[in-house]
Amino acid sequence: MTDIRAVSHQLAEALKKHSADYIEARLEESRRSHITYRGKELESAGQSTAVGGNIRALVKGGWGFVSFNDLNDLPRRVERAVEQAKLVGKEESKLAPVEPVVETVANGKDIPLTVPLAEKKKLLDEYNEIIWRTPHLQTSVIGYGDSYKKTIFLNSAGSYIEQPRTDITLRISAVAANDGEVQQAGISLGSRGDFDAITGLHQQVEETAKHAVALLSAPQVKGGEYTVVLDPVLAGVFVHEAFGHLSEADHIYENERLRQIMVLGKKFGGRELNIIDSAAVPDLRGSYKYDDEGVAATKTYLIKEGELVGRLHSRETAAIMGEKPTGNARAINYRFPPIVRMTNTYIEPGLTSFNNIIADIEEGVYAKNWFGGTTSMEMFTFSAGEAYMIRNGKIAEALRPVVLTGNVFITLNNIDAIGNDLDMNQGGGCGKGGQYPLPVSNGSPHIRIRQCLVGGG
Amino acid sequence: MERILEQAQKVAEAAEVFLVSAEETPVQFEANRLKHIQGKQSTSVALRIIKNGRLGYATATDIADVQSLVANAVETARFGTKAKFELPPNTPYPKVDIFDPDVDSIPIEKMAGLGEELIALITGHTPEIVCEAVVEKETIALRIINSRGGQASYKTSIFSIGVVGNLVRGTDMLFVGEGQSSGHPLTEVGEIAGVVLKQLDLAKNQASAPTRELPVIFTPEGVASALLSPLMTAFNGKTVLEGASPIGSKLGEQVFDTKLSLLDDPTIAYRPHSRPCDEEGVPSQHTPLIEQGVAANFLYDLQTAALAKTKSTGSASRGGGLPLPSPSTLVIVPGKVSFDDMVSDVKEGLVIEQLMGAEQGNILGGDFSGNVLLGYKVENGKIVGRVKNTMVSGNVYQLLKEISAIGSQPKWVSGVISTPPIYCPRLSVASK
Repeated sequence: MTDIRAVSHQLAEALKKHSADYIEARLEESRRSHITYRGKELESAGQSTAVGGNIRALVKGGWGFVSFNDLNDLPRRVERAVEQAKLVGKEESKLAPVEPVVETVANGKDIPLTVPLAEKKKLLDEYNEIIWRTPHLQTSVIGYGDSYKKTIFLNSAGSYIEQPRTDITLRISAVAANDGEVQQAGISLGSRGDFDAITGLHQQVEETAKHAVALLSAPQVKGGEYTVVLDPVLAGVFVHEAFGHLSEADHIYENERLRQIMVLGKKFGGRELNIIDSAAVPDLRGSYKYDDEGVAATKTYLIKEGELVGRLHSRETAAIMGEKPTGNARAINYRFPPIVRMTNTYIEPGLTSFNNIIADIEEGVYAKNWFGGTTSMEMFTFSAGEAYMIRNGKIAEALRPVVLTGNVFITLNNIDAIGNDLDMNQGGGCGKGGQYPLPVSNGSPHIRIRQCLVGGG
Repeated sequence: MERILEQAQKVAEAAEVFLVSAEETPVQFEANRLKHIQGKQSTSVALRIIKNGRLGYATATDIADVQSLVANAVETARFGTKAKFELPPNTPYPKVDIFDPDVDSIPIEKMAGLGEELIALITGHTPEIVCEAVVEKETIALRIINSRGGQASYKTSIFSIGVVGNLVRGTDMLFVGEGQSSGHPLTEVGEIAGVVLKQLDLAKNQASAPTRELPVIFTPEGVASALLSPLMTAFNGKTVLEGASPIGSKLGEQVFDTKLSLLDDPTIAYRPHSRPCDEEGVPSQHTPLIEQGVAANFLYDLQTAALAKTKSTGSASRGGGLPLPSPSTLVIVPGKVSFDDMVSDVKEGLVIEQLMGAEQGNILGGDFSGNVLLGYKVENGKIVGRVKNTMVSGNVYQLLKEISAIGSQPKWVSGVISTPPIYCPRLSVASK
């Protein structure tokens, strides 16, 4: 495989000759493997390697970007990025100042690629057998993937940062069918390179398969407003969709009206509500030491005691808004420029126990696990993998999966109980600007939301 | 490429090399002005082998490193699924026009000019709107060779323009948008701007929807965002083979309203997903999926077809992994009723342009449920304003069993599907 360190020296020379306000380059090498099952049989096993890079130049506020996996003729590519930036730039370049960093970050957890393919397959075989032992099961879908990536970041201020990243994901779906009706239930997990995170799930797999079958006879909730209790996994997706995206400064920094709405100090929720994004927490899927602009990771309070106190920045959005950079510029791979992204986003735990959260609910919905979520900033939707009615303070009958929707300016204010049981969901992948799935994690304790709109049948 | 095939044939019974290279140039506008110009070059090679009857698979970006590519494929073949098919021999392909060299030669300045003109038309109508736009050109070259002498190669050109406008009033946000793509250069933006201005006009007033069942008209974008995903899952030969498609055992049966006909046709000229053959070298064909409401065919690649004891429909696509069945270019056959006549027919109902989150539910079962991101209320045959805080949910099999009308004016959405509006008598609506 091409040695990207050697290439980085050539590139460093080429960058010195630039005529841009700022210029940076990223080189990347990666190895991946995947195993998928559809039904009883393994469907696909594959391995891939990739090498590539990019150059990004800033001239008078305009950006030029070239990406390539042909590593020849780098000086010409540098020129091209600068030419493109010159075509765009008509104003003034603004970047928040950051000290140059020269560092080679050490490997963290186990590299999953050292686990032999045969061992990975044996584990997945065990899970698949459990699913197929469940009566009335129609089929299963299992997707396992792992990757190791090394990135070298260089910029015109003299930074040289070498960082490794490992990532593991596992998705398991059990599909039950009866008489033209099809229902499914699933598990989605991940880790930042720790293979143990996906072992020993046998019991959870069995419960998931049984739940898929149970859904065939479950009723659909009647659409309307309910008091809804979210489990930590789904509440994590909720905080990511409902608030996280709106706190990404690239949505706001050039939109005068949005800046007025998102002014620091604005009240979004009750005094118990604290929302944080932090890539600096170790060993979660959104964790790193430096972002893809070479800015050190930070812990950023987005909401503190119900008030908006911070947001996520790239160097450019921070400079334009006159705030501090937070180290949230991320690119999914070398084919994309970094944009403002979340990392590990969570609601801080409160004091209420789960039993007390549901105790005084006469009729409500308990929603667990996730299928997905999306946002238009003001409005968001997210869907639960499992749902139950709550009746007279107790969890009652299982429901078909539900989709919940809300308006961020109203819904956060309607959170009236925050549990004491924070848990992080590592199974997600975030999409923005065509960059999907970016490894992130999110989490929360159990939370209760009054008057939440639930779609029904 | 030939060297990879040669090396692979030494260690396997059969082999196929797939090479794709692309040049993409997106010109991006943020906050109503030019912000970013990108140039993206990429090449990747995929090797698929059959060794001891099992499939092995590896990909790389470095085409010269033949040894590790072959070794990676051989390692995965130890566990690979049993290959049930034979690679296609050298076969003639239909002529499909998908490459226009003019796309690549359009200067970046001209692309920037188109974006500026488009944004000026929109901000001229609504000065407070904040637009993001992308004008992009792309050329893709693809080549496949295999150990049975099969070989295919083609080039595609794609030019696309898209815009999303965000209008904030208080804490209320309105999103409007439109896009077009073609195999030819697009030279004018008036039509795209026209669609956006119409959305802005219709959304000027707000209206509220009741919580109950209402008649609903899906615009072409509405059809694509709400109904397409569950349907395509159900017509995928793979889903059928697993017994997880609700229509899997209903081929030849009346499953939908007789007004509905849907086909997959990769031979339509200058559409982004059209092609002379699929991504394992099987010739493209026109495949009816729904004929007057009857489930007519499912989509297959070679392996799935062999397992299902049928023939490939030339529907193999690769999303970075092994080929899988997937639709190419879809067409819903237009009906006879104009959009305006549909609206006039509704006493109280909704028009749905964009449904957010529709793909999060039990797609396999045909369910869809989402927040109406852009939609209008109809009262006594007239659109009276935009609805908000409104959710709709339904099941495509129930919904499309009884259709009031299929529109007469089809439109391409995302370059993927040509569809007219569809008018349905009832759908569950929840709002606050």
